[in-house]
Amino acid sequence: MNMDMLLSLDYPLTRLVIGLLGIFAFVGLNGLILVWVERKVAGHCQYRPGPLHVGPHGLLQPLVDAVKLMGKQLVAPARCDRVLFWTAPLLAFAPVTICLLPLPYGPSLSPIPMNLGLVLILAFSGLGVLSLILAGWGSNNKYGLLGAARAVAQSVAYEVPLLLSVMAVALTAGSLDLYTISAQQGGWPWQWYGVKNPLAFFIFLICAVAETNRAPFDLPEAESELTAGFHTEYSGMGFGLFFLAEYANMIVVSGVAAALFLGGWQGPFLPGVWWFLVKIYCVLFFIIWLRWTYPRVRFDQLLNLSWKWLTPLALIDLALTVVVAGLGG
Amino acid sequence: MSQLSQLIEEAYTGLKSLVIGLGVTGKALCEPGVTVIYPKEEVDNLATFRGHVELIGKDDDPAVARCVACGACAKACPSNCISVLCPVPVKEGEADTGKLGPAPQKGSKTPAQFIVDYSLCSLCGQCARACPVDSLRFCHDAYTVAFDRKAFQFELVSRLRQQAEQALEGGEE
Repeated sequence: MNMDMLLSLDYPLTRLVIGLLGIFAFVGLNGLILVWVERKVAGHCQYRPGPLHVGPHGLLQPLVDAVKLMGKQLVAPARCDRVLFWTAPLLAFAPVTICLLPLPYGPSLSPIPMNLGLVLILAFSGLGVLSLILAGWGSNNKYGLLGAARAVAQSVAYEVPLLLSVMAVALTAGSLDLYTISAQQGGWPWQWYGVKNPLAFFIFLICAVAETNRAPFDLPEAESELTAGFHTEYSGMGFGLFFLAEYANMIVVSGVAAALFLGGWQGPFLPGVWWFLVKIYCVLFFIIWLRWTYPRVRFDQLLNLSWKWLTPLALIDLALTVVVAGLGG
Repeated sequence: MSQLSQLIEEAYTGLKSLVIGLGVTGKALCEPGVTVIYPKEEVDNLATFRGHVELIGKDDDPAVARCVACGACAKACPSNCISVLCPVPVKEGEADTGKLGPAPQKGSKTPAQFIVDYSLCSLCGQCARACPVDSLRFCHDAYTVAFDRKAFQFELVSRLRQQAEQALEGGEE
């Protein structure tokens, strides 16, 4: 193995390292931006300005918050399972970065292109559930454990319709490669799978909001109604990692939504990467907008919505897709 | 079948309400905020602001309160934060020491001192309602600040006199 080969982008390990570094930068930067956008949207939805004083229009506020969060002491509860307790936040964050690797950011920009990209994302996003239960169990706190049970019930419930709706698109496209699926769609909205199969897109969006634990499905961290959730006992960057993982997860689901349903990087005027980012940010904005519109649902309502509505609807949609694909093929 | 149509109707109305909700917040998102960034700007529409009570002057002499020192306000006040003081009548043969006593005092028709402890006041307005001559109102001063609790004990008779003097000076200018 010579140096030239190591430095070439075709060498898998080099590509992985560069891809991961890029993803970390992307996630960190997006975390800062999204915190700011979240608070600004929240403010304007409620006729108030949001962060305003630190930097122009409060732009530096998330940076200051991050510094504050990092400066806080890390406290572990007495008699907690230390290994599990500190593994959980890392485990919440690590798989998300891997989920960002197979996304097709542009026609020639995908950190790790692979023909099973969709499966990789679904598999690794499932690991997030493990981090929730580890955090709840390791905390040596009944509220934390109950919160974890709640969070896992929710995650499992919404994973089913999410998979089914994604499967409908995979069947139509005949591929599990996000690049291929994106490439099959066109730049105009009527060529998108989201418009051709609106029911699957609708189900995917709802499940994506629920999977990322965002309001109105943010029961895992319901700090005002219940004694928070699985992360009750976390302080400083322990909590910060869960927080960052939530935003990174949002980017993942928005990226998958953009690639599967909104035509990926394709668009009329701009170069591909920009279209992909615009689409991601439109979905992100929509998710944030939802949060500041709807009140939090009750837990039975949450599970009812998944098992009684979304799962049957997704099954019907999948069956219809199979029939249509069969007729067409 | 009727159950299914009922379910579909429920889902339809539910979804419609969700869209309407998004419309409400979406509209708010595009409209300018109503919050005032306080030290940088101040609100000027304080006409409906209810600060502490203050005395109203007579129509012909704004420096003198309409108050007839009946003490009804002090009696009506649920938090006991008003005390109206009048000169105690001097008996024949005694020297006038300028002693003050709680209203009403025999023969006295004007208060010598009208003290409100704003730190106790609950702004219920019972005093203004109880006043037979409409001599009390809420002031519009939203920016009352102090370090000391005693600074919130207002003497309203002299306050009214000062206000009248200031208004007079302002008018002369």
